[in-house]
Amino acid sequence: MFGYSIADISNIVVMQGFSGLSMFTVLLLMALGLAIIFGQMGVINMAHGEFMAIGAYTTVMISKVAVTYGFVSYYFVFAILIAFILAFAAGYFVEFIMIRHLYKRPLDTLLATWGLSLVMQQIFRSTFGAKEVSAELPEWMLGSFNPTPDIDIPINGVFVMVLAMVVTAGVYLFMFRSRWGLRVRATVQNRVMAGAVGINTQKVDRVTFALGCGIAGIAGAAFTTIASTGPTTGTLYIVDSFMVVVFGGAASLMGTIASAFGIAQAQSILQFFMSSSMGKVSTLLVIVGILMLKPEGLFASKLRK
Amino acid sequence: MNTMLKKIVSSNLIGGKQGAFGLAMLAALIFIILPVGVDIFRLNLVGKYLTYAFVAVSLVLLWGNGGILSLGQGIFFGLGGYGMAMFMKLEASDPISTKIQTTPGIPDFMDWNQLTAIPWFWEPFNSLTLTIIAILVIPAAFAYLIGFAMFKRRVGGVYFAIITQAIALILSILIVGQQGLTGGVNGITDLKTVLGWDTRTDTAKYILYYLNGILLFGSIFLSRYILSSKFGMLLLAMRDKEERVRFSGYDVSDFKIFIFCVAAMISAVGGAMFTLQVGFMSPSFVGIVPSIEMVIFAAVGGRASLIGAVYGTLLVNYGKTFFSETYPELWLFLMGGLFMAVVMFFPNGIAGLWDKYARKIKFLNKIYEDEKPVAETSATPVNAEEIGAKA
Repeated sequence: MFGYSIADISNIVVMQGFSGLSMFTVLLLMALGLAIIFGQMGVINMAHGEFMAIGAYTTVMISKVAVTYGFVSYYFVFAILIAFILAFAAGYFVEFIMIRHLYKRPLDTLLATWGLSLVMQQIFRSTFGAKEVSAELPEWMLGSFNPTPDIDIPINGVFVMVLAMVVTAGVYLFMFRSRWGLRVRATVQNRVMAGAVGINTQKVDRVTFALGCGIAGIAGAAFTTIASTGPTTGTLYIVDSFMVVVFGGAASLMGTIASAFGIAQAQSILQFFMSSSMGKVSTLLVIVGILMLKPEGLFASKLRK
Repeated sequence: MNTMLKKIVSSNLIGGKQGAFGLAMLAALIFIILPVGVDIFRLNLVGKYLTYAFVAVSLVLLWGNGGILSLGQGIFFGLGGYGMAMFMKLEASDPISTKIQTTPGIPDFMDWNQLTAIPWFWEPFNSLTLTIIAILVIPAAFAYLIGFAMFKRRVGGVYFAIITQAIALILSILIVGQQGLTGGVNGITDLKTVLGWDTRTDTAKYILYYLNGILLFGSIFLSRYILSSKFGMLLLAMRDKEERVRFSGYDVSDFKIFIFCVAAMISAVGGAMFTLQVGFMSPSFVGIVPSIEMVIFAAVGGRASLIGAVYGTLLVNYGKTFFSETYPELWLFLMGGLFMAVVMFFPNGIAGLWDKYARKIKFLNKIYEDEKPVAETSATPVNAEEIGAKA
């Protein structure tokens, strides 16, 4: 095949597969937030990528501070936390100002949040400049380890993957094992009844939206370990993340994980064998094709409509 | 004569005195005030904006009245624009003017990408007739394909928006990636003539501007005709209560496919006029950003108002040009703020404001009194109970 030997192919698949994993983690973290906001609340948050950028810029800024005061090797823990908190707060504010007035018009949330994303991009550009910035990575995160001489796995990739797994587990526990998650699911299933049994549905909405944005913030922190951040970074991932959520079946956590994995791997491996653009085009085409046949996504929750 | 005039005015196409007044104002602005008031450079710019208005008009049909939000109208604008651009590029690439190339007689970007022959799908664009047919048929066929696949399976609303957006992304990546076949990220440039007629002279620009205006009015009339027919009523009913229309025995998906195809064709005409007036076509008019911007034009104008869409397009683009020339920093803030404000506070856009305040002006009130509302203005897409519930 294409003049590669079998051993070459398997090495390429492993390495491309691994670089696909880094993309998988960012997509997964983005999509988790979206799955909560879109899957649970039906709000199309086009500014989701900008909430990710909040997290990314926060991490970059903290890394600058860390370099000055010399705590580079462990600043990342703070960065993730603060990225989450800032994005959460921003999401909380946006829900209060804008989103809560638009719940009955889901298509309009799309337009309004698109406007919001433009404003946020310009804020980033005015504050941090149009150039891309990158975080100072701690030393232990650089480098790579080699299980065999031909395979080269970067450590930062492993790190963000672990992070993504932790966050996914956290989201699962929150949504399916906590009181809060119970309230969220109750509100989604039947808003009126949820209100009648004493759940403050407005507050649930606000926290749910903010949580989704907070997770996007974590995605941003993870993003800084694999690429540099610019004002329009968020827009690069927004369509992909939506495809992940829709493809996986909007309300399903398993579906989101599986489709993030599938999409990231397919793109990464195809991009090696074809040109980068054709890899992306063929992946998206396959997804759109499958969605046309199976519009409810891979793991649809069994609901009567 | 007088009765005949009355008959025409009261017909659905014109929409009564009120509709006639709106059309007359727009016609005066486009055909008289602007050509007299601004120089040819600016007029050419207005002409460019008016090509976006085709897309805005198509979105009024599709979204404002049909409830189908397509975030991929850039696809059809692009298909139309590229169709015309391919024809003009082939004409510009005759063997004499391209004799310095390795392979004379093919477009310059193909030569740069080591192509030695014109690809098969470029061949039909040697003929103007085939090009015009292609500009209308290809987008409609593509829309039919998408619409058939989605609407027959009852994919609608938000999912339709996301999938059309993905298709717009796919197409723009494809155009950028296949540089040898499409001109890549630069698009198809240096377009000068149509059948030997130089489109860059001032006279040609005036002629194209008027042609554009006439076609735009044609699209508005076509849309009016559709909206004021029984089909238009069904469209509104589908927007507001799709299930109920389905239960009444109508095949909702067929209507949706039809309106999607019409919208695609109108957008494609806009794209072709864009290429003619601006002299190039590039993937930056195909992707996600332009597609959403065009939705905003329609939203600012008033999503259910055909005439409002034209004003919305002109206003937003004027603002864009003005601010990006004088305060580039401010532009994205303003544009973003405008989106949010329109969606939240003026969901019926300029047309909604006009309806509300025009009656307070005495002279206008005279025209409006004793008029039963026409289809266009009676169909308030977002009613007060929905937005004012909490505010």
